[in-house]
Amino acid sequence: MTLELKSIRKAFGATPVLDDVSLTVQSREFVAFLGPSGSGKSTLLRIIAGLETADAGEVILDGRRIDKLAPGDRGVAMVFQHYALYPHMTVRENMAFGLRNARVAKDEIDRRIGDAARVLEIEPLLDRKPAEMSGGQRQRVALGRALVKEPALFLLDEPLSNLDAALRLRTRVELAQLKQRVDAAVIMVTHDQAEAMTLADRIVVMNDRKIQQVGLPLEIYSRPANTFVAQFVGSPAMTLVPAQMVDGGEHATLKIGDGTVVQTAIRPDQLPQWANLRLGLRPEAVRVGGRGKAATKGKVELVERLGERTLVYARLRDGQPITAEDQGDSGVKIGDDVSLKIDGAAAHVFDSDGAGYHKADA
Amino acid sequence: MTSERDWRGLLFVAPFLLLYSLILIFPLLRGMWLSLNQVDLFGNGQFVGLGNYARLLDDPVFGTSLVNTFEVTLMIVPPLTIIALALAMALNRASRSAAIFRGIFFSSAVLSVTIVTLIWRFMLAPDAGFLGFVAKAFGAVPLAFLSDEHLVLPALAITTIWWSVGFPMLLFLAGLQQIPEDMYEAAALDNAGRWTTFARITLPSLRRTVVLVVMLQTAAQLQLFGQSQLLTAGGPSGASRTAVLFLFETAFGRWELGYASAAAEVLFLLILAVTISQYWLTGRATGAQGGR
Repeated sequence: MTLELKSIRKAFGATPVLDDVSLTVQSREFVAFLGPSGSGKSTLLRIIAGLETADAGEVILDGRRIDKLAPGDRGVAMVFQHYALYPHMTVRENMAFGLRNARVAKDEIDRRIGDAARVLEIEPLLDRKPAEMSGGQRQRVALGRALVKEPALFLLDEPLSNLDAALRLRTRVELAQLKQRVDAAVIMVTHDQAEAMTLADRIVVMNDRKIQQVGLPLEIYSRPANTFVAQFVGSPAMTLVPAQMVDGGEHATLKIGDGTVVQTAIRPDQLPQWANLRLGLRPEAVRVGGRGKAATKGKVELVERLGERTLVYARLRDGQPITAEDQGDSGVKIGDDVSLKIDGAAAHVFDSDGAGYHKADA
Repeated sequence: MTSERDWRGLLFVAPFLLLYSLILIFPLLRGMWLSLNQVDLFGNGQFVGLGNYARLLDDPVFGTSLVNTFEVTLMIVPPLTIIALALAMALNRASRSAAIFRGIFFSSAVLSVTIVTLIWRFMLAPDAGFLGFVAKAFGAVPLAFLSDEHLVLPALAITTIWWSVGFPMLLFLAGLQQIPEDMYEAAALDNAGRWTTFARITLPSLRRTVVLVVMLQTAAQLQLFGQSQLLTAGGPSGASRTAVLFLFETAFGRWELGYASAAAEVLFLLILAVTISQYWLTGRATGAQGGR
């Protein structure tokens, strides 16, 4: 079972939302569409489900072209953001509705509902109506309604966004366990990078009508294809500092605005040009108080104490903002002048088009 | 302290209570009292106890008018509900033309009954009317809607449906817009066809609106008066005389105010009984479903 998207295009009126999007999802793969609002990720999911029609392109599931089929005939099941349970039906009826419409035999329906209810631990809820349940319970029922269809592909539209923080974490773990049990591919739309990183086998980062990068979660984090991915994934965002190439020896060495020279682990011959570069620094690549070769000074503007580590938002002498990290019991205060040590080996370089370059081996 | 506060509270609602007693409670009680008397235009009348009610039981004209009233109500309410729902579903979209048609279908509701009956007199007249014209165009004999005692009630029903369809349509439109779009999307993914979607998603979601429309319309149509008074004056030979028309003729034609009041009380109790039993029946049905 594979899902293939070929050159999908979609516009709402004069506003293009998807521009030549192609993607292949393998069987049993969990793929997350990650992107900000308006990036086209939900539209792409709805095109796969058949709730929107693409202006051009093909959707192929298991070798069968499905983009002309009705949503119910595609062999996909969807969990909606607001669950979309039928309010006048019990949980059992909600789960049976699609199966009855598809003329599944009565005892088969009962068996599937029984199985799904056991897996999701919603057996005591089967005769309740959606209004008599909590948000988390409704979420499980929505999952159950998808599960009983035994589809080739699950589509999850921001499935955790309506849950409170504690429940979201718990449900995330359960979703990960559920993924192991089903013999189907899963596509989840989310704007939450933590969800995408923890659940997905592969992440598809979308922005501005296009796929920005497809990769393993760690790859997306450690080798961002461009400045958008670099800044969207990771919290707080990667600092981008304009830089000049000063030495094109074995390792590209760059000088940033305040004169600090940073030796990266990137081979200079990878870079298409040496002008208008930007140095990408994650907070963990900039340590407070360290004394190393690429040391510089900054004035602290904001301190966030997260417990196990402390984030320090500082400004370099030339006014460039930078985010640095310190240990959890850091004594740094707002207004302090601190020395910052930049770990050049963990730095990224972006060219004038925004494309990213990383050290030779991740 | 508490009693003082209660007293002050009373002061705030006093104007309303006064007006309410004056224009609702008093006439209600006065009507009940009148129904126990034989009253005409002159003099104070004479107490007859339940005499007026006994006379009503034996009055074939009143009996026929009640039967007519229930018949015409049955002819109006079900089709009206279905047509209003169908129109609402057809016009429940954001297009410009749908907005225009919503306006057109609602427009009849703002007309007064005199205009409505005038229009339908032209529509229904067998020789010069529009329906007669259509019948002749197809080579059929035009039906004499207003002078045939079997056709006069259907004619009243058609007129009333045309007049009253706008408001229930608006109620249904409001109800339809409360149904979230993702419910239909879920149904589409659940292989539900058009009919299944209507029967299992739309209709159950509109349940309360349907109950409301049926109850309001039943109570309204049991009081049907203007159409029958203006189109046929209750004819031919009493075939379209409704209960309220009977009341009107008795009170303001023959000036038997006590007798008319007794008829009014009977009609009031009947409407009350019908409405309460509808409410009870639908409440039980929703209760059995466990619905909210």
